[in-house]
Order: sequence, then C-alpha cells, then structure tokens
Amino acid sequence: MTPSDVVMRIQSALGERLSDLHQPSEKRVYFEVDPNCIPDTARLLHDTLQARLQTAAGVDGPHQMEILYHWALDRLGLVVTVRTRVDRDQPQIASIAAICPAAEWIEREMWELLGISFEGHPDLRHLLLQDDWPHGKYPLRRDFRKD
Amino acid sequence: MSKKNKFLSRSLFLFHLGGSACNNCDIEILDALTPKYDLERFGIIAVGSIRHADIILLSGIFNKKAAIRARRLYEQAPKPVIVLAIGGCACSGLIFRDSYNWDEPVGNYVPIDAYVAGCPPKPEAIIAAITQVIDKLQHPAPAGADR
Amino acid sequence: MAKKTTIIPVGPYHPLQEEPEFFKLYVEGEKVVGLDIELGYNHRGVEKLSEGKDYEETIFLVERVCGICSTSHPIACVQAIEEAGDLEVPQRALYIRSLIGELERIHSHLLWLGLAGHFLGFNTVWMWAWRYREEVLNICEQVTGNRNHYGMLKPGGVRRDVPATEISAIRKMLDTLSSPLDLFRDTVAEDPLIQARTRGIGTLTPQQIRKFAAVGPTARASGVDIDVRRDHPHAAYGMVEWDVVLESRGDIFDKIMVRIGEMFQSVRIIRQCLSRLETEPGPIDSHPKEVKPGEGIGHYEAPRGEVFHYIRSDGSNRPVRHKIRAPSYMNVPTNREAVIGETIADATIILAAVDPCYCCTERMAAVLDPETDRVLISGKELLQRSRRKTAWLRSQLGHEGPDLKWDC
Repeated sequence: MTPSDVVMRIQSALGERLSDLHQPSEKRVYFEVDPNCIPDTARLLHDTLQARLQTAAGVDGPHQMEILYHWALDRLGLVVTVRTRVDRDQPQIASIAAICPAAEWIEREMWELLGISFEGHPDLRHLLLQDDWPHGKYPLRRDFRKD
Repeated sequence: MSKKNKFLSRSLFLFHLGGSACNNCDIEILDALTPKYDLERFGIIAVGSIRHADIILLSGIFNKKAAIRARRLYEQAPKPVIVLAIGGCACSGLIFRDSYNWDEPVGNYVPIDAYVAGCPPKPEAIIAAITQVIDKLQHPAPAGADR
Repeated sequence: MAKKTTIIPVGPYHPLQEEPEFFKLYVEGEKVVGLDIELGYNHRGVEKLSEGKDYEETIFLVERVCGICSTSHPIACVQAIEEAGDLEVPQRALYIRSLIGELERIHSHLLWLGLAGHFLGFNTVWMWAWRYREEVLNICEQVTGNRNHYGMLKPGGVRRDVPATEISAIRKMLDTLSSPLDLFRDTVAEDPLIQARTRGIGTLTPQQIRKFAAVGPTARASGVDIDVRRDHPHAAYGMVEWDVVLESRGDIFDKIMVRIGEMFQSVRIIRQCLSRLETEPGPIDSHPKEVKPGEGIGHYEAPRGEVFHYIRSDGSNRPVRHKIRAPSYMNVPTNREAVIGETIADATIILAAVDPCYCCTERMAAVLDPETDRVLISGKELLQRSRRKTAWLRSQLGHEGPDLKWDC
C-alpha cells in the first residue's frame, strides 16, 4: 500500500461526506468531514487501515471549534489528519472511545479544557484539573481569563 | 547551641516533595544522593514518609491541586523542620508563573528556610545549601539578630 | 468467605517518585484486581502558556515540559514550526540535533535502568547506573552548557555548534562508557534476581498495545515494530545506519532489554554523527525571518516513545494553537491492564515499566468497602492488629520486649 492508495481508499469509503482533501507533502494528508461522520471515519482508519491514534486536539475559533484527529500509518510514514467543526456555543460530538480506547483520556482532556461534550464516553470526569474547578470555565478557550 | 538545633543538625532525614515540576530538579536531588555527589556521606538519607523528615526539599511550581496537599504534608512533618525550595519554579514560578493552574509561590503558604535558584540547580548547589543550613543551625546568630 | 476488595492508595507524593501521581490499587488479598489513575498534580497549562510566547520562547517553554526529555520536545516542536512555516534547516544542524537527542536517550535509559533496579529492591543497580549517567551529563554540560535543559534548538537550526575539541571529548566519553554498557547487558540482564522479578511480569500483548496506542520501548518490547526515527525520518536519522531494537514477550524483562539495546544503537548513531560533523562543515542556522501561515506536525522518538507537537501559525510571531502530546500520556493507561492479576509487590515495577518512574511505599490508611465506601477497618484497628501480631510473633520466637498496648 502506498500513501496514494490510502487517499483513494479514504475517498471511496467516505465519498460525498469528505471535503477539502489536500496533501501539503507526501507524508501528510488533511481532510475535513461532518461531525456526525467522525465514528465512521474512526472505524475506517482504526479498523480497516490499522492506523494508530496519535492524538486529537481542539482548536477554539470565533464561531466554531475545530477538532483535529491525528492518525499515524507508521508503515508508510504517513500522518492523516481528520478535521471537523462543531458549534462553539454547544460543542457536541460522538465519542470514539468505544472504537479506539486510546481516545478515552484524550476526550476527557478536551472535555475539561475546551468544554466539548463527547456523547457515549464511558467516563467523562476531570482528568487534569481539580474536581472543584468552576463549571463553565474552560482554560483553552480564547475568552478564558485567569482570575 | 539549643538542644533542639543540636539534634536537628546531625544525620538529617530528607524528604523530597516534588510539586508540578518538570522532573529535572527532582532528578538532580536524587543525583545528589548517588555515588558522584554522595550526600549520604553527611549522614543524610532520603526517607519515604514526611513523618520522619528533618529536612523537606520542595521542587517545581505547586499547582492548584498540589498546593493544598503541599500545605497538608508540611503540617504533618515533625517540627522543627528545615524547608528548602529547590529550583527557580519553587522559588518564584519561573516560566510557569502565568499559568491558569497556579496561584502563588509555595513560599507563601509553607515557610521556607533557604532558596536554591537555578533551572535546574546543580547537585553541588543543593549540597551547598544543605550544608549551609546545617552550619547555621550549629552556629546560630546571636539572639535578636535575624536568622 | 467472600473476598473483600481493599483499596491501597499509592501516591501522590513519595521521595523517589519523580512526578506526583495518584494510583488507587484495588486488591483482593495480594492480588491486584483494579487500578484507577488520577492525574493533574503536574498540570501546568503549557499549551495555553505557549500561545502567549513567540516561537523562540516557545522552545524554552517546551524544554520544561519534561526535564528528562528536554531535547525531545524541542526537536518535535521546531519540526512542527518548520513544517508550518516552511523553513529550511542546514544539514549540519540536523546532525547536531540527532547527536544531542541520542546523548539524552543514553542518560535517560540509564536513569530508568537505575530506578528499575531500585524498585526491585536492587539498589546496587541504581547506584551504578546513575554513576555512569554522570559521565554523559558531564559531556552534555561541556557541549551545551547545562546538565539538562540544553537550549540547543531553535526554529531553522541549532543555537550552538559542536567544535572539533568537543567531538574528541564525546568520543572519549563513548569509549569509557562501552564497558559499563557491556556490564549492564551481560551481568544485569542475566542476574537471577532480576530474572525472577521481571520475567513474565506485567506482560502486554500486541493487541493491548494497539488498544491503548502505546508507543516507544513499551510497544517495541511487545513486538510492535514502530519507531518514529525510522518510520517518519527526521533530523539525521535517515542519513545514518542503525537498527530498531525489538523484543517479543512484552514483559518487564523485555522492556529492560529494549532500553539496554537502544543505548548501544545510540552510541552507534552518535559515532556516525560525529564523523559527519568532522567532515561536513557548514552553517548551523538558516536564520528564518518569519513563519508563514499554515499548520505543521512534528514528532520525535523520545526515550519513552513518540512526542507529538502540532503548531498552527497565522503568520505572526506566536503560535495560534500548540498541541503537545507526551508519550507517557499513551503509555500510562496500559498499566490498567498490565497490573491486573499481579501481586502488590510487583505493582511498583509494573507501574514503573513504561518509564514514568513511579515508586511508592504502599500505605494502608483504612480498609473500605468498595460498594458503600464504609470504613470496615479503621487505621486504629489496623495498628491494634499489627501489635497483636507482633506480640504473637514474639511469643513464638521467644523474644522479650516492652508490653504493647492493644487499645491505643
């Protein structure tokens, strides 16, 4: 399998649901999908393509929040980044912890630092901050101010 | 020399209380105990419980979660006890002083006898600080003068 | 009699624990049946701090993410910046990056080996390993100016050159290090005590590694063939010859062997980097003026596994978003499965095997009923039981001693 085979398989599996696919270099692939398509994408990358979840990160924006899932295909030296956008006022997305258990801590961290709620997460409680951290204050959001 | 200080200046039991450090100061403290620097030749050994401590070494910033516990651990230590702040973070917060998970230097809620600056301080500096504190205990300043 | 689950709190503070971390060990008798990990005693908010610093300052900040990986994070970070901003790096700088990275790997693995010996109750290994680690730190101090936190990296190159005098000093250090490394490989690995305490203990299967997406020596000990240095070539790793060290059984013994093997490979890489540095002069910095808008990923094989950095730039002098993922973040959750079914005595070395270096004296404060959290045996009662047992042992052995109060 070559990097272009991977891109073709992703394109054929996701079809219309995939947008903005670009390859800035032969080692990187970026594409965007709809939030409700994330579990399918995770299944495709984790189960079918045997990719390793490197990490996922949320990026706060003025109206929307981006979530980036980085998957590594180590045999090919390829990193596939899946981008999705959720509403900033009510950020909500399906959890992929059932598909890839490594995502459990990653999603817990995003939930407490950015306030993104993950539906179907087995254990959504504080990971890094103390248990009595004020509700509704998310340090990685742009409008967060330290008291 | 008061009797209290006489006993405190010999064969000190050392307890290392690592806060939210980057590990370097913690490793340099352990380094000071290993063959090259060998703090043990002064009769100083590391102990596993704060209840045995004669001297406490604090390292790193103490974040919101760790600060409460640092104070509680200090209260559990038998008094009199010597407290040393090891490294720039324990002294002032250094590069992490703007962090949202940090309030104030550990010196504000745990009385500190000596500050050892550096990032990380070399084992020589840690040994120098400890021997100077012992020296001060053995030859205290005359009554009325600041310690 | 139905077995009661007891909770043994391990941590968060102990003198030999490098980082404060809290483990709740659920045990039935001697057997560990569950583990809960509580983080957060070390959270400093580096990602947020980084958004307020310019790219040059960011390197100094990420160096302080972890003192023992203080080259790995900067290497991954500068690669992310270079990819985002499309910056050039001179070849000589790449060799220097690999050189410093491998020196760090040797001293980090020696540190872990020493601590592993200590967790097993084998303090001689600790003292010996840390003694030879000092040789490496001395060279680091000579080359970079500091024992840790080297400040060598910058976007577009490195800060300091490695002149010929220092090249010969590093060679000399490698020569003196070769016999201790042989000693560790042959003597320590064949020691019956270490064999007995580590063979078949804390085993992780390749499926479990994949489940938790574990990285680094933890994965390679289980036969999962991943190494960022080979799979995603960066710095000088594509230009020198070396092998990925792989074991198959996934127990703690194999994790020791992977790390010892990697030190030999590091020596090999350093020797090649040194001879290239001698023969290939050139600039060490491309002096970039600006970082173009874009996004970049940088990853590096730190001593513990893959370090991952993501940087987004908007063309200003500060990152818009900087995501950092350290290897232990993926490796520590494997403990939840590795420790199950083992005894409490082995728990410390298993928890330490992924190299976050935790060690704790087990302290039992109170025995709780897991369903109701009701105190079944209080601390006071534990003390009474202990005193009764001491008195019983005395009567068995015929030793005399002061009378012990049972109702304290």
